[in-house]
Amino acid sequence: MAEYTLSVNGQSYTVEASPDMPLLWVLRDRIKLTGTKFGCGQGLCGACTVHLGGEAVRSCVTPVSDVGTKRITTIEGLDPHGTHPLQKAWIEVDVAQCGYCQTGQIMTAAALLAKHPKPTDRDIDQAMGENVCRCGTYLRIREAIHRAAGQRKEVAP
Amino acid sequence: MSTTRRDFLKTTGALTLAFALPVRLKGATAQAPESAFQPSGMLRIDPDGSVTIWATRTEMGQGVRTSMAMAIAEELEADWSRVKILQASTAPRFGDLGVTGGSQTTLSTTMALRKVGAQAREMLLQAAADTWGVATSECLARDGRIQHPSTKRSLAYGDLVARAGKLSPPPEPPLKAPKDFRILGKDARRLDGPDIVTGRAQFATDIHIPGMLVASIERCPVFGGKVKSFDASATLKVPGVKQVLEVPSGVAVFGEDTWAAFSGREALKVQWDEGPAAKMDSASIRKQYEERLKTPGKVVRQVGDAAQALPKAAKRIKATYDAPFLAHATMEPMVAVADVKPDRCMIWAPTQAPGWILPLVEKLTGLKADHIEVQVTLAGGGFGRRAMADFILDAVACSKAVGAPVKAQWTRPDDFQHDGYRPATLHELEAGLDTQGRPVAWAHRFVGPSIAASNHFPWPPEAVELSGAADLPYDIPNLHVEWGQSDTPVPIWFWRAVPASFNPFVTESFLDELAHAAGKDPLAFRLAHLPKAPQKLGQHTFDPARYRAVLELAAAKAGWHTRKLPKGWGHGIAAHAYLECGTYVAQVAEVEAKAGGGIRVHRMVCAVDCGMALNPGNVKAQMEGGIAFGLSAALHDEITLKDGRVTASSFAEHPILLLPSMPKVEVHIVPSELPPGGVGEPGLPPLAPAVVNAVFAATGKRLRSLPLLPPALRKA
Repeated sequence: MAEYTLSVNGQSYTVEASPDMPLLWVLRDRIKLTGTKFGCGQGLCGACTVHLGGEAVRSCVTPVSDVGTKRITTIEGLDPHGTHPLQKAWIEVDVAQCGYCQTGQIMTAAALLAKHPKPTDRDIDQAMGENVCRCGTYLRIREAIHRAAGQRKEVAP
Repeated sequence: MSTTRRDFLKTTGALTLAFALPVRLKGATAQAPESAFQPSGMLRIDPDGSVTIWATRTEMGQGVRTSMAMAIAEELEADWSRVKILQASTAPRFGDLGVTGGSQTTLSTTMALRKVGAQAREMLLQAAADTWGVATSECLARDGRIQHPSTKRSLAYGDLVARAGKLSPPPEPPLKAPKDFRILGKDARRLDGPDIVTGRAQFATDIHIPGMLVASIERCPVFGGKVKSFDASATLKVPGVKQVLEVPSGVAVFGEDTWAAFSGREALKVQWDEGPAAKMDSASIRKQYEERLKTPGKVVRQVGDAAQALPKAAKRIKATYDAPFLAHATMEPMVAVADVKPDRCMIWAPTQAPGWILPLVEKLTGLKADHIEVQVTLAGGGFGRRAMADFILDAVACSKAVGAPVKAQWTRPDDFQHDGYRPATLHELEAGLDTQGRPVAWAHRFVGPSIAASNHFPWPPEAVELSGAADLPYDIPNLHVEWGQSDTPVPIWFWRAVPASFNPFVTESFLDELAHAAGKDPLAFRLAHLPKAPQKLGQHTFDPARYRAVLELAAAKAGWHTRKLPKGWGHGIAAHAYLECGTYVAQVAEVEAKAGGGIRVHRMVCAVDCGMALNPGNVKAQMEGGIAFGLSAALHDEITLKDGRVTASSFAEHPILLLPSMPKVEVHIVPSELPPGGVGEPGLPPLAPAVVNAVFAATGKRLRSLPLLPPALRKA
C-alpha cells in the first residue's frame, strides 16, 4: 500500500492504495465517483473512460501509480452543471438506452472535440470506434457529437 | 451517498408508503407527505404538484420507465414536465412485478396503467367539483390542473391532493379516445436521460452500503464442475482481502473493495472436479445434433402431407442451416447487492424477474417472502440475461456466509464464461415447387436444447424454441415442422427474441432460396404466398394484411425495384411477425459483399407495425438497437466450447459490433390505432435473413451458417 494524492475534477484527494490498483477502482470505490463504469477491466470496451491530463484513457487498465500529478476529469467533472454541449446533445438526440456505456462514450467524445472541434465522420469513427455500446446507439452517438460540434446535420437517419 | 440502515428500517413498517431506494434516484423520499394523494401503489401526487410514478417493470434500455409513465400521465392529464419516475420494489404495495421480457410490457400493462391515471384524474375532477360546488361534468382536466371553463376558474392538482385523497377510486373510470392523446403517440425523450449523461444514474454496481464487502467468485470453468479443494493462503495475504469461503457457485473472495476481491481471486488456487462436461466441445455438440436429426422429433406443425407432396414436386430444394450459442454480453457485468440478516433480507438487483427470485431467496435464506425485499435497479443491458437468478443468489449466499452486506461483482470473463446462452440449433429443410414455381411442400426439421426443460420450467420442452418456425406464415398446402430436443451441458436461457433470433434466419433465408429457385422476385414471391385472411397460428392470430404492409413499406422506402446498386452490392428482404407481442417488422438490407468474404452492411430500411406507437422515438431507437444487436450476432458473435469451457473471455475474443460498422438505419412506422405492441425484440429477427439474402443477391453465394464472417475476416 502507498499513499497517492490525486487531482480529480479540480479537487485533491489522498488515498491509500496498492500501486497496481487501477484508477477506475480508486475513483469508484475510494472516492465514490461511480459515473465511471466497469465494463471489462481489460481496456477493451471504453465504459471506464476518463481524462488524464486532457487525454481520454481507459481507467480500468491505468494503475494509480502511473497517474502522478496529472489532472483527472471524470463525467462528474466534465461540466459543473452537467450541461456540457455533449451532455445537452446526448439528451436532445435521446442517445441512451440502458445508459451504462454512455458516460464513457461522452468522455471519449469530449476528448475528441477538444482536439477536433469540427470532427468528420472519419474522425468520429477513429475516436469512438472502440467504445462498445451493446444497445446499439451508435448512430445517435455520431449524431450527438455532430450536434455538440455545432455541425448542422439531419436528425439521426 | 449510501443507503443507510435507517432508510431500510423505514421501509419495513406495515404501512409502507415508500421503500428503500438505492440512493440518488432523484426526488426519492422515504415517506410520502401526509397530505400527498396516493391513489395507487405506483402513483403519488404531492401538494407541490409533482407527480411520482413507480415503474413496475425493469428498465434495461428498452424505455419502459418512460413509456409506463406516459401511459399513466396521459390519462391523468398530467403536466409531463412535472412527472418523475422511480422504481418499484417487491414491497406488497406494488403487487407482483412479474417478469420483464418477451417484449410484453407494453402489451400487458398499458391498459392497466391508463386506468391508474384515469382513476386519479376522476378523483381530482371530483375534488375540484366538490370545492366549487359544481358538477364534475362541467370540469376539465388538463396539464396538471382542473378547469371550470364556464367560470374560468382552475385549481392545480397539488391544491386538490388533500380532498382527492379522501375519495375512493372509481372502479371503471372512462378512458380517453386515442384521438385525444397529448402524450402517448408523441416522441418523448427518456426520463433517465439527464441522470445518465451526468453519471448520476445508479446501477446495481454503483451501490455502496456501509460495512459492505465485495465478493468475487471463482467458478469451475467447466459447466457442472464442483470444488474439490482450495488453497487461500496467498489470497489472504492480499491487502484488503477479508475472507475466502466456499459458496454454492464456487469459492468467494471477500474484499473490502472490488480491487481487493479481484486481486485476491488472482492468487486463489482451486482444485476442481470438472465432471463429465469436460469432454464436451463445439464439435461434439454438432455431432450430437447431427445424430439427433436422424431420429424423429416432435411434430409441431402439420398441414396436409409434406412427405407425400415432396416426391411429386416439379423441383425440390434442400438445405442445412445452423446457428451458434450466443452470449448476452451486457455492458454491466452481472452484479447484485444483498444484505441478509437473521430476520430479513434486502436485495438490490437489476433483475428482470423479481417474482421468480423471491422463492429462491426464501429457500436459500430460510426467510419468508414477506421478510425479503428486492429493490430493482437500473440494468446496464438485459436482453433476457437478467431474468436468471444466479447473480442474485451469489450476493445472497455471500452475504449469508460472511454475515455482512455484500456486492457480488462478476468480471467480464465470468460474464462470458458463465452465461445462460442462446441455444445453438441445427436445421434441415426441404421444399418442393410446382411447375409454375409455387411452393407446394415445406418440411423443416430442427434440433437444439430445450430452454424450458433445462431450466425446469413447467412448460412443454418445445415451449420457447418454435417461434419463426412453427408459425411460418406462408400459405403452403403441405407443411411439416418438427423439433427434436437435444440437451447439452451448456446452460441456456432467453436471449433477445429467443427462438426468433434463429428460426426466422433459417425460414426467411430458405424462402429466399425458393424464390430464386422459382425464378421469382423475393418480395413478389413472399406477397404471392400469404394467406388471404387472418389465420390462427398457435395461440395467436396472424394478420397477412399487416405483414404485407410492412414488406411493401420497407421495399418501397428501400427502392427495392428502383434503386440501382453498385457492382458487388445487393438488396435482401425479410420479415417476421412477432405474434407474441403483436408487432410486425420487415427489413431490407443493402449490402456490399467482397469476393474475399468481407461483408459490409451499408443501409438497413426497417418498417414496423407495432400497433399504436406509444413513443415513436423509442420505437425507432429499439429498431436501431435490434438491428445493431442482430447484426453483431449475424456477422461476428459466437460462443465456442473446448474441453467443456467457453473459449472467449473478453471483447477481444468475442468482438461486439462497433460504431464504424453500424449501417445507416431508416425506420418507418406504420400508422395504426391497434393496441400497442412490444418493440424491444422485434427489430432483431429479420436482420440476419435480410443480410444473408442481400449477400446472395450481391454474390450468388448462399450463406447458411451463423456467424457469417469466419474469425479471420472479422475485422473486414
